[in-house]
Amino acid sequence: MSIDLKTVKHISKLSRISLDEEKAKKLETDLNSIFKWIEQLNELKTENIEPLSSIAETKLRLRKDEIKSKNIRDEILKNSPDENKDFFVVPKVVE
Amino acid sequence: MSNIIDLSLSELVLNIKNKKISSKEVTSTYVERSKKSKNLNSYNEETFDTALKKASEFDSKPDFNKKLPGIPMAVKDLFCTKNIKTTASSKILNNFIPTYESTVTQNLWNDGAILLGKLNCDEFAMGSSNETSYFGNVISPIDKDLVPGGSSGGSASALAAKLTPATIGTDTGGSIRQPASFTGTVGLKPTYGSCSRYGIVAFASSLDQAGPMTQNVKDAALLLEVMSSFDNKDSTSVDFKRPLYSKDLSKDIKGKKIGIPKEYRVDGMSQEIEKLWEDGKNYLKDSGAEIIDVSLPHTKFALPTYYIVAPAEASSNLARYDGVKYGFRVEGDNLIDMYEKTRSAGFGDEVKRRIMIGTYVLSSGYYDAYYLKAQKVRRLIKNDFNNVFQKVDAILTPSTPSSAFKIGDKSNDPLSMYLNDIFTVPVNLAGLPGISIPAGLDKKGYPLGLQIIGKSFDEQNILNISYSMEEKINFKFNLNEWWMK
Repeated sequence: MSIDLKTVKHISKLSRISLDEEKAKKLETDLNSIFKWIEQLNELKTENIEPLSSIAETKLRLRKDEIKSKNIRDEILKNSPDENKDFFVVPKVVE
Repeated sequence: MSNIIDLSLSELVLNIKNKKISSKEVTSTYVERSKKSKNLNSYNEETFDTALKKASEFDSKPDFNKKLPGIPMAVKDLFCTKNIKTTASSKILNNFIPTYESTVTQNLWNDGAILLGKLNCDEFAMGSSNETSYFGNVISPIDKDLVPGGSSGGSASALAAKLTPATIGTDTGGSIRQPASFTGTVGLKPTYGSCSRYGIVAFASSLDQAGPMTQNVKDAALLLEVMSSFDNKDSTSVDFKRPLYSKDLSKDIKGKKIGIPKEYRVDGMSQEIEKLWEDGKNYLKDSGAEIIDVSLPHTKFALPTYYIVAPAEASSNLARYDGVKYGFRVEGDNLIDMYEKTRSAGFGDEVKRRIMIGTYVLSSGYYDAYYLKAQKVRRLIKNDFNNVFQKVDAILTPSTPSSAFKIGDKSNDPLSMYLNDIFTVPVNLAGLPGISIPAGLDKKGYPLGLQIIGKSFDEQNILNISYSMEEKINFKFNLNEWWMK
């Protein structure tokens, strides 16, 4: 199965990364060679194999839902690119 | 007294504890060397003045019960350091100043270590040659045209050049062991769950582990002892009784069973590496270990599996860099346009490539064919190791299929770059501990490493095996310091 330029542009949209035509074409070549190599996984029959999503495979620990860090608004906002110190500011979303 | 830079981490600790040298003397020695070594481009951020101040503070009120008393150390720029810029070598984090400290670095400082600076690496730890950093290539101290390996390339370069007495890196598919192998140093990737991932810039969360990079095995044991801790802030941190690795270190490996996996004898492997591996077996036999041929039949599927799993997790983890929270933004016509422009300008080519792969394998219609398939194959790879560890205590393999390559040799061909991690990636997929130790030189005079893989949480065993082999290998490698100014 090959990945065409239209698919590359679709993935770039899903990834929220804008691409110019030249970069998109380069990625088309790269992704095709990478996925052609990945196809070798199809040599393996895996119908009855349980997928492994985490190596720990232990139950996640439960903890009390309680506040541990208080009054850290300024710390959280410190790396905001906008000068406003009270909120994260984004371009207008609602018209 | 011998020269400070000729002392290992453990020897420095001992000399400081015995009041033969001061933290200030050690720290200023490393600061001076680092200042003269800009040619290697191994530092992203230097904290030399603060380090010198802290060293003086230590000397005026020393606490010799600490495991790293007044020891200066530079760390990979993937560990968040409170109030000190942390970039993961990416433009998108070039203005990012964390307001918190990673657990692993906090453990170092709690035990007396002093931060020298933040070391260059591949962007978001994605690379095997340190050529994807926004701050430029790191140069190997072995040769000016040579890569130090990656992604912990700045760490390997700084360690080999003795700009830091020891350092720490992270390893998602080989990023500690491969650069250690390329630079003639020791690198250990602990079992998944041993070192906390809290505060480490996330790449692939089910694979990432922090680990020590050191001049010798004893130092690795000591540093792991300090780094490893149970941490509530990492949901996959494992609560087990951590041994005193350096105290329990022993060269007695008599009766240990060591597996040699036939699938690691890959096509086109050089005779030098074959010989290195053979020598390794003989050293083990000499120490009374038993060599057993074993099979890990799904080895060749590990890399393609990795290149689905790791990018999938990366595409999710890196979704957080949206121009809102981490300091870098490119304005756009609307919210989506701002996201797309910020991410396009902020990420480098390799990172974009991996985000795209990850997004594709997780996208509607392809999830089962790629991501689910890879998770199933990952199970088969893990089962391979489980089966082999019924019969043996550890596994011996080469660390890499070749010695270090030249800058630019592989950077235009992602696939040939990925193939470099063929011997290290299976270990991450199975969550096991692995260590690379220097084992010889090839005919170009570049270092080659051997890897010892252990059972989960059996770091003491692979450290002991390495410790025994290290003595027999007696690796000597002198750099002529061409890079110093």
